[in-house]
Amino acid sequence: MDRMMGSGSAVRPAYAGSAANREPTNLGDILERVLDRGVVIAGDIRVNLLDIELLTIKLRLLIASVDTARELGIDWWEHDPWLSGRDRELVEENRRLRRRLSAIERRGEAIDGGDSTERYDRYRDHAERHGDVDV
Amino acid sequence: MSDATYLYAVARDALPECPAGVADLPVRTIGREGLVAYVSTVPLEQFGEQALRRSLEDMDWLAETARAHHRVVDAVAAATPTAPVRLVTVYDDDGHVRDLLDRRGDDFLRVLARVSGRREWGVKAYADPAAGVGPGPGASGDGNGESCPGPSASGGGGAGRPGTAYLQRRRASLRGREQVRRQVLQRADHIHRALSELAAASYRHRAQDPRLSGRHDWMLLNGAYLVDEGRDAEFAEQAAALGGDGVEIRVTGPWAPYSFTVMEMG
Repeated sequence: MDRMMGSGSAVRPAYAGSAANREPTNLGDILERVLDRGVVIAGDIRVNLLDIELLTIKLRLLIASVDTARELGIDWWEHDPWLSGRDRELVEENRRLRRRLSAIERRGEAIDGGDSTERYDRYRDHAERHGDVDV
Repeated sequence: MSDATYLYAVARDALPECPAGVADLPVRTIGREGLVAYVSTVPLEQFGEQALRRSLEDMDWLAETARAHHRVVDAVAAATPTAPVRLVTVYDDDGHVRDLLDRRGDDFLRVLARVSGRREWGVKAYADPAAGVGPGPGASGDGNGESCPGPSASGGGGAGRPGTAYLQRRRASLRGREQVRRQVLQRADHIHRALSELAAASYRHRAQDPRLSGRHDWMLLNGAYLVDEGRDAEFAEQAAALGGDGVEIRVTGPWAPYSFTVMEMG
């Protein structure tokens, strides 16, 4: 973790401002933007960040700030689905359901010999839309 | 099928040239109904779900990919109104991206209109937890009403003097943590309000991990401000003026409008 921080070496913005106390673009600033901000696309898509279990990354990047935030009386983690226990249970339950669904689908496929992949995809999409926490 | 389409951003115009994207791959555009999507063709061996699960845990890979993604977004945003898309947004093929632009074109156009002619600035405020934080330069005179009780610092500029700094530390330890905490919060609120007045929109992000910023002091404010291009200088001046009296202000930018294009679409 340490190697990616603090060096301050970085990509400079393509267009330079003139504020005297501007600092060069550091990786932390970039990461918090590309991981947490901008347009999120769900649904008809091959891969999106929300599908990937980012818990470890999010924790590594953010959890150490919890103490600082607590000092400051900020309670954002209560509302962060990746970090609040309640939503993590939902995510876990969703994952269990998806696994069961997948197993049932496979069994169905074996029985009727048909291709149920497409059907499973539809179920999966549906489960994602309705079961997943809104991130 | 071994390739997929990686989406960086949706913008108003196409650039004549664009820096290389993720995995050093060339970036191209897909145009549709007054919108341009910036994409790369990526191999699924690297950008399929399974591969990404592993890669995203590799901090070197993540850093390199994040920088490449940002480099493209940054170049596009410098030239045309741009909505950055979140890291590793991967479509099966170009057809799906065209479909997105068709279906959600109005949403994109609305967001692009909002950020047009404006740029995002990041403002972070830091304080040394061991030292006291005053109400800020000019806070007693500007009538905002959130100044702290008690005989606080006398109008800024003193943070650099060793004697003053010592007295501030001494005072902070006497006051106790609760009061310091309250003052820090009030100060952060004051800075954010003052900057928001100059901005078309503002957003207060969570404080950044001290290890990410490479600093050991408190981050009391992590703000993002969407500022009209003509007001850049005024904004930077105001940001600098809000520092002092125990608080250090750092300004970053201009950024692509990452904080003001947050939307979820299916």
